[in-house]
Amino acid sequence: MSGGAQPADPVADAVARAFRDERAIVLATLIRQVGNFQLAEDAVQDAFEAAVTAWRRDGVPANPGAWITTAARRRAIDRLRRNRSVADRAERLAELTRLDAQDEEPSMDDESMIVDDRLRLVFTCCHPALEMPARVALTLRALGGMTTGEIARAFLVAEPTMGKRIVRAKRKIADARIPYRVPADEELPDRLRGVLQVVYLIFNEGYAATEGDRLVREELCDEAIRLGELLTRLMPDDAEVWGLSALMLLHDARRAARVDPSGQYVALDAQDRSLWDQDRIQEGLAKLERAVRLRRPGEYQLQAAITALQVQAPDAEATDWAQIAELYGALASLNPSPVVELNRAVAVGMAFGAAAGLDVLEPLLGDQALERYQPLYAAHAELLGRAGDAEGAARAYERAIELSANAVERAELERRLGALE
Amino acid sequence: MAQYMMLVYEEEVDPAEQAEREQVTPMLVDLHASLREAGLLVGVQRLYSTESATSVRVRDGQAEITDGPFAVTKEVLAGYYILECADLDEALKHAARLPMAVAGWATIEVRPVMSPDQWLDTAREAGVDLSDEDVRNLA
Repeated sequence: MSGGAQPADPVADAVARAFRDERAIVLATLIRQVGNFQLAEDAVQDAFEAAVTAWRRDGVPANPGAWITTAARRRAIDRLRRNRSVADRAERLAELTRLDAQDEEPSMDDESMIVDDRLRLVFTCCHPALEMPARVALTLRALGGMTTGEIARAFLVAEPTMGKRIVRAKRKIADARIPYRVPADEELPDRLRGVLQVVYLIFNEGYAATEGDRLVREELCDEAIRLGELLTRLMPDDAEVWGLSALMLLHDARRAARVDPSGQYVALDAQDRSLWDQDRIQEGLAKLERAVRLRRPGEYQLQAAITALQVQAPDAEATDWAQIAELYGALASLNPSPVVELNRAVAVGMAFGAAAGLDVLEPLLGDQALERYQPLYAAHAELLGRAGDAEGAARAYERAIELSANAVERAELERRLGALE
Repeated sequence: MAQYMMLVYEEEVDPAEQAEREQVTPMLVDLHASLREAGLLVGVQRLYSTESATSVRVRDGQAEITDGPFAVTKEVLAGYYILECADLDEALKHAARLPMAVAGWATIEVRPVMSPDQWLDTAREAGVDLSDEDVRNLA
């Protein structure tokens, strides 16, 4: 047997599957019951560790989720007994003991309770009083089913560093009493924007990896899309939630075409459109339609609409760039940003010629916020090249190459620089 | 008589060294008891580490919330409030209502206060031998 393929381990597989499918739900409920994020997480962790041994001994239970729920609750009771500093400890213990004495698990069909618990967890993990990297890590760990090690690898940091970041965030939740609840109506729009921002940041980190030698980190894209879908189930009346989900799907549909077999980046106009995932595109368009029907326009919906125009065109030439430029204009009026203006410049350049594009882009060259923004120089180079200024284009490409931290992207810029004249 | 505020500044240290520092707790218990007996002690509270700090500043009427303590620059400590709040969200809401924050010249650093029980637990975890009676003297 030795030297052969890794033997299948059904118990390890079952635990891994339960971790991915059940952990977030069990955790969300337990946090509400014990009133302490750290303690609940520790108890859930204990339960998964116990599962490995128990399931190897007794076989995998028929309902792994129920097994984990019971085990986690018992571990929480043990931990609560030892921990004097938890608020309302006696009441919490009484309630948990009562739940434990019930013959059967409270019905998992109680969908609305599960939804509420998961929403609370979303808002706790994405609380603005936590630093952004901690929000991202907590969200991936508590809501997605990623382990600390997986998150560390996805963000290219050492596992102990990521572990410390998560521990610190959980300690702050406990010490500063970051609440475990859905924000009040007047705070909700603002806080929901913050949640969407965290999910989109996870997606972008996966889709256009800013560092490292891989252009796309699929595991982060997949996790962000899953989180986006979870949010549409939890908050179906919010148009931007649908908009973000649509946007991520429409971008992700092009994933396979963005990198060639040798790992080289492929620009949008050079992509093999037959590689685009049509199912994803249809799914994204359906979600965008659903968003638009709610009649509350927003940034993610506008960006999704732009992407929809790009993916529906038969080729780059036939893309409705004038319409895209207009949508970027609408986006800029909603949230003025030099990056949006840069995108508008590119669209204007495609719709009305390089000179028109340069008119929009050139004022941005003096913008401090974009001073080290690689895409600005890459776009400038492209427009200059098309306008016939090879010398200016070369200078701009050199600046873009200097600023690029991604090996695949840098290689593409170097190829374009070489292709000038 | 006049009142004076004494602000305790210290460098934050690793858990091992912090455990060493907790050893002063019995001395604090005695000191606080004698200050209280002399009628001098108006209040004493311990804060959680700056890792649990949140800063609030108001810009264009919008509260900007950031993780972490206020970075010392030219601004100086001008006063303090102690509010009883259900959770951090409530505390942040009140911080953003303070007129000096609304006017934009002040940043409000929000720090959770450690309960006397938690203070005692922290010292006990570091191996300090204390009775429940000591809580009352400590804080």
